[in-house]
Amino acid sequence: MSILQVRELVAGYEPGLSIVKGASIYAAEAEIVVILGPNGAGKSSLIKAIAGLVTITGGQVLLDGVDITKVPAHLKIRAGLAFVPQTDNIFPLMTVAENLAVAAGILPRAQTAARIDEVFVSFPDLARQRALMAGSLSGGQRQMLAVARALIVRPRVLMLDEPSAGLSPKLVEQVFAQLCDIRQAGLTIVLVEQNARAALAIGDRAYVLVEGREAHEGPARTLWNDPILADLYLGQRRHAS
Amino acid sequence: MTLQFLLDGLIAGSMIGLGAIGVTLTYSILRFSNFAHGDFMAWGAYAALAVVGVLGGSTPMGPLSFGLPLLLAMVAAMGLTALLALALDALLFARLRARGQSIIVVMASFGASMALRSLLEFLFTSQPTYFSRAIQMAQPVGFGMRITADQGALLILTLVLVTGMHLFVQRSRRGREMRAYSQNPALAQVVGIDVAAVVRATWVIGAALACASGVMVGVLVQIRPLMGLDLLLPIFAAAILGGIGSVPGAVLGGLIIGLSEAAAVQFVGAEWRAAVAFVILMAVLLVRPMGLFGVAER
Amino acid sequence: MIDLLGYGAFFLSTALIFGLITLGLNLQWGLTGLFNVGIAGFVAIGAYTSAILTTPEAVDRVGGFGWPIAAGWGAAMILAAAAAAFTGYATLRLRSDYLAITTFGVAVVVQLVALNAQGLTGGPFGVAFIPRPFAGVQDQPVLFNFANLGVILVVTLVTYLALEHLSRSPWGRVLRALREDERAAVSLGKNARSYRIQAFAVGGAVMGLAGAVQAHFIGFIAPDGYLPTLTFQVWAMLVVGGSGSNRGALLGAVVVWAIWVGSGALAAAVVPPDWQARAASLQIVAIGVMLCLILLWRPQGFFSARRRLK
Repeated sequence: MSILQVRELVAGYEPGLSIVKGASIYAAEAEIVVILGPNGAGKSSLIKAIAGLVTITGGQVLLDGVDITKVPAHLKIRAGLAFVPQTDNIFPLMTVAENLAVAAGILPRAQTAARIDEVFVSFPDLARQRALMAGSLSGGQRQMLAVARALIVRPRVLMLDEPSAGLSPKLVEQVFAQLCDIRQAGLTIVLVEQNARAALAIGDRAYVLVEGREAHEGPARTLWNDPILADLYLGQRRHAS
Repeated sequence: MTLQFLLDGLIAGSMIGLGAIGVTLTYSILRFSNFAHGDFMAWGAYAALAVVGVLGGSTPMGPLSFGLPLLLAMVAAMGLTALLALALDALLFARLRARGQSIIVVMASFGASMALRSLLEFLFTSQPTYFSRAIQMAQPVGFGMRITADQGALLILTLVLVTGMHLFVQRSRRGREMRAYSQNPALAQVVGIDVAAVVRATWVIGAALACASGVMVGVLVQIRPLMGLDLLLPIFAAAILGGIGSVPGAVLGGLIIGLSEAAAVQFVGAEWRAAVAFVILMAVLLVRPMGLFGVAER
Repeated sequence: MIDLLGYGAFFLSTALIFGLITLGLNLQWGLTGLFNVGIAGFVAIGAYTSAILTTPEAVDRVGGFGWPIAAGWGAAMILAAAAAAFTGYATLRLRSDYLAITTFGVAVVVQLVALNAQGLTGGPFGVAFIPRPFAGVQDQPVLFNFANLGVILVVTLVTYLALEHLSRSPWGRVLRALREDERAAVSLGKNARSYRIQAFAVGGAVMGLAGAVQAHFIGFIAPDGYLPTLTFQVWAMLVVGGSGSNRGALLGAVVVWAIWVGSGALAAAVVPPDWQARAASLQIVAIGVMLCLILLWRPQGFFSARRRLK
C-alpha cells in the first residue's frame, strides 16, 4: 500500500504555464524513491507542488489514502508530509535550537522539549552548535539542520530537493547515510537529485522525469547501468517503450 | 544650560519608539510601510477618550492626572484599535497583498490614512481635546531636570510595554513564528507556521502599541486628529534608524530621535523640531541604510 | 452668463494646473513605478522659487530680484528637479518604500521651511504680489480669467506633448521595461538607477512648473496651500484617470477636481454653517474611500487609452 500517491499532477508558477504536466508517482512505506531527470524537467516543481509551494491546477495528491491536494502548505506538515527545500532551508537569524523549536511548535507543548533533545541525540554535531546562529553554519551543517528540523515532528514522508547540492563528496556520503538510517526507522523518503549515482546507490526505486512527466520507473540499483537513463537525459528518447 | 532636554527627549523618544515598533513589525512581516500607523495612534487616543467618557470620567490617583479608569480605558482602546487594524487588513490590505505589488498596498495605506484622519476630524472636529485639564507640578529630580508624575508613570509604562514586547518576540511561540516568517516566508509555511495567525498577531501588537503611544501623547500633550500624522515621520525614521525588523532597534531609534528633537528644541528652536527626524533619516539612508541592527536585504 | 463663463475658465484653469501636476506624477509613477508621497513639497518648491525670484522687494523678506516670469518658471523647474534628483539618488538603490517615506519627509520639511523661514518665504504670511501674466487686464475679470486659461492651456499642452514624446522615445521604453521587470533593472545595475533618477527629476520639474504657474495665476502663495491634502488629491486624480496614461492623468484631474468642487458647493449649500468644517473633512473621507475602492476594483483607472493588466 503506497503511503504517498500522486496522480496526473499538473502544476506551475503562473496560470497557463504548467511545468508539471500530468506526473504520477507513488512511494511505499519505508522506501526511498529517487526522482531524476535533466534540467528543466520539473523535478523540483513536482515536489514543491506536493508540498504546497507551487500551485496545483490538476491531479491529486494522496497521503495514506487521504486527499491532501487542496490542503494549505502549512497544514501538510501536520498531515505528516515534511519537505526540505534545496536553498534557504533554515532560518539564518535564529539559533540552531530556535530553528528546531519553531518547527516543533506544532507539537503539543509537553512534547516539544523532549523531542528537541531526541533530535539532538541523533544529530550530535547540531547539539554542539545549538546556540550558534544558523546562518553561520557551513553548508553541510545547514543541510543537517534542515533535515533534523524536518524530522522533529516525526513525519510519515520526508521529501528532499537536491540535498547534495553544494556539498563535498564526503558530506554527500554523510547526508545519504543519514537518509538510510531514517529509512531504517520506517520513514518514506522521496528524493529529487542531480547526483544520480549517489542517489541511486541508496534508493529503492527511481523515476526519471522528462518534460514534466515521469518517463521511466524502475528499481534504483539497476537504473545506473541502464542505457535508458543516458538516453532520457540526453533526449534521445522521450519515453521508455 | 539645563539637562531638561534629556528628560524631554526620553519622553518624546518613548512615544516615538512605541509607534516605531508597530511600523517595523508591519514592515518586516507584511513587507510594506503602513502610512496609516500614525492614525492608529490617533484613533487609539480618541477611543480611550470615549471609553473614559463611558466610564464616567477618571478621578486622579495620587499625584497623577488620571486614575484607574484611564488605564482600563487604554486597555479597552488597545483592543478596539486592534480591531480597527484587523478590519482594515481584511477589507483592504490583504486583498491588495494577494495581488503582489507591495507598493500598491503602501498607496492604499496612504489613502486609508487620509480617510481615517479626516473621519476623526469629522467626528471630533480638529480642535484639540484633553484627558484632563489638571495642571501638574513638575518635581525636581536632580541635574536641573524636572519631571511630572504623569511623565514618570508613562515612562514606566513604556518600559513595561517594551520589555513585554521584547520577551514576547524572543521567547514565545508566536514571537518565534513571527521572526521565522519575516526571515523566510516560504520555509515558514513548510515548517507548519500558520501565516494568517502571524499576520493577525502583527496587526494586533502594532495597533495596541500605537494606541498606547497615542494615549501617552494624549495625557502628556493633547489629543487631536492630526496627532498621528505629526509623529509619522519620526516613527518611520526611528524604525529605519534602528534597522527594519528589529524591535530593540525601533525603541533605540525612537530614543535617539526623541533626544535629538529635544536637543534641537533647546538649542536651535522649537519650530525646527520636525526637521530633525528628516535629517536623521537622510543621514541613515545615505550612510548606513540597514540601520543600527538591521541586516542587508535578502 | 458671462460670469458663468468666467467661472468656467477659472475652474478649468485650476483643474489644468492639477492636471499638470498629475502629468508629472504619471511620469514618476505611471512610467517609472516610483511612489511619491511628497508631491505637495515639490509643487511648493516650484511656487516659492518663482515667487521669490519675481516679486518686488518686501519688508523682512528677500526679494526684489525682478526676474521675468518665464525665467522664474525655469528656475522653479530646475530647483524642483534638483530636489527630486537628490531624493532619488538617496533612496533609489533601496526598497521602493524608502522613496515614499523620504518624499513624505521632503514635503514635511518644505512645509516647515515655508512656515518658519520668514526671511526667505514670508513665513505664515506667504508671498504676495506675484506678477501675473497679462497683468494689464487684471481689472476685467472675465477677460483676465480667459487670458490665464490660455496661458495654462498652452503650458499644459506643451508639457503633454513633450511627455508623450518622451514616453515613446527610447528613454521612455527603457523606463517602462524597468518598471515591468525588476530583474532587468538589477542586471542593468547602476544604469537603471540613473534612468530612474532622471525620470523622477523630470517629474519633479513638471510639478515645480505647475506650482510656479499656479503661483502666478493666483498672485499669492502661503504654506497652507501645500498640505498633504494636495498630495492626496493628485494621487486620487492619477488613480481615477489611469496611471501610465498622460491622457488619463489630465482627464482624471478634471474629473476629480469637478467632484471636489461640486461636493464642496453641495456641502456649502446644504450643510449648516457650523458644520461646514466637518463637511470638508467628510469630503476627504469620501475621496480616500474612493481611492481605495478604485485600487481594489479598477486599478487601471477610467480614462487610460490602453488596457493594462495590472
